[in-house]
Amino acid sequence: MKAMQRVCLGVLLAPGVWFGFQASAFAQEATVNLSIKDHRFQPSEVRAPANTPITILVRNLDPTPEEFESKTLRVEKIIAGGGSTTLRIRPLGAGRYRFFGDYHEDTAEGYLVIE
Amino acid sequence: MIGALLIVFREVIEAGLIVGIVLAATRGVRGSRLWISAGIAAGVVGAALAAVFAQALTEAVAGRGQELFNAGVLAIAVLMLAWHNIWMARHGRELAMNLAEAGRSAAAGKTSFVALAVVVAAAVLREGSEVALFLYGILVSGETPWNLFAGGMSGLALGALVSVATFYGLVTIPPRHLFAVTSTLIVFLAAGLAAQCVGFLQQGFIVTSLSQTAWDSSAILPDGSLIGRVLHTLIGYTDQPSQMQVLVYFITLVAIVLATKLASSHRTSQAHAPAE
Repeated sequence: MKAMQRVCLGVLLAPGVWFGFQASAFAQEATVNLSIKDHRFQPSEVRAPANTPITILVRNLDPTPEEFESKTLRVEKIIAGGGSTTLRIRPLGAGRYRFFGDYHEDTAEGYLVIE
Repeated sequence: MIGALLIVFREVIEAGLIVGIVLAATRGVRGSRLWISAGIAAGVVGAALAAVFAQALTEAVAGRGQELFNAGVLAIAVLMLAWHNIWMARHGRELAMNLAEAGRSAAAGKTSFVALAVVVAAAVLREGSEVALFLYGILVSGETPWNLFAGGMSGLALGALVSVATFYGLVTIPPRHLFAVTSTLIVFLAAGLAAQCVGFLQQGFIVTSLSQTAWDSSAILPDGSLIGRVLHTLIGYTDQPSQMQVLVYFITLVAIVLATKLASSHRTSQAHAPAE
């Protein structure tokens, strides 16, 4: 019975370990922090190096949910009110990449500048 | 109010079109309306649940829960659409010939239409959870919510209108050709959904190869525009797809067409091929 439980636990944890391992496999990675407040991104412009995998940490400080979306970064992800999420972005070439909040596009807008 | 209407409408166009196509594809099949209604209802309940547990879903599976969830729902829809088409290739002609008879509910055919009900549920679930979150956001924000809420509801109603218009547009096609048309629509629909599915797998870094952008036609026809949205659903148009998405799109297209051909040749070899 004990052994069975251990196997079950192993099966449940395996994907997490595998993903964790995969994440650490990137030699270098840029991390960018963003927050959403009053349906605006803070800061509204962030920088990251070119040709490097990028991790964006988004915290939603509003009580309302938001969908982080970007055509050029090819991301659409919901962040619950008061929640947070981690976005992984493929290595990018230099340029300005626009992102926005799909639920409040008139105010929630920002740029990821790759240089 | 118009803003909320547009946001909700944009989200529900896809589900609206899919429901319309499925309604036309199952036209006249006894009990099909019931199955589709059940599909919509299941989708709505699922969407509400997905909205309530949005944050838990986001954090699940090392932060890839949302991507896996979306990819899974889309993959199920693609498989069901493919299966329906293959089934129709084998039995569709008999169904079309018996159209005049009350209810072409060949007992074996039921399962295929249940597959389409699952497709409807999947479409409503995926788009619906975003709408539910948006409407919830309006309700908790407290700023002139009723006006916005009314806008959101009007957007939903417009989405339902898309279903109705699609259905009535399609059923003007003579029954003899209707199945050919809906089957073709379903192939492209499935290929587009498969491309979306792999897009989510790439977003979650589960698929990492061929992640570069294949082309950028956003200046000519942005897929956020009304026409772009409709084409996005109907043929899977995306203005900035990844190379992998393009590849998966064509693989799905070819795979379903080949499987359908194979299934229909299997049918004609079974002695009684009915004359046209």
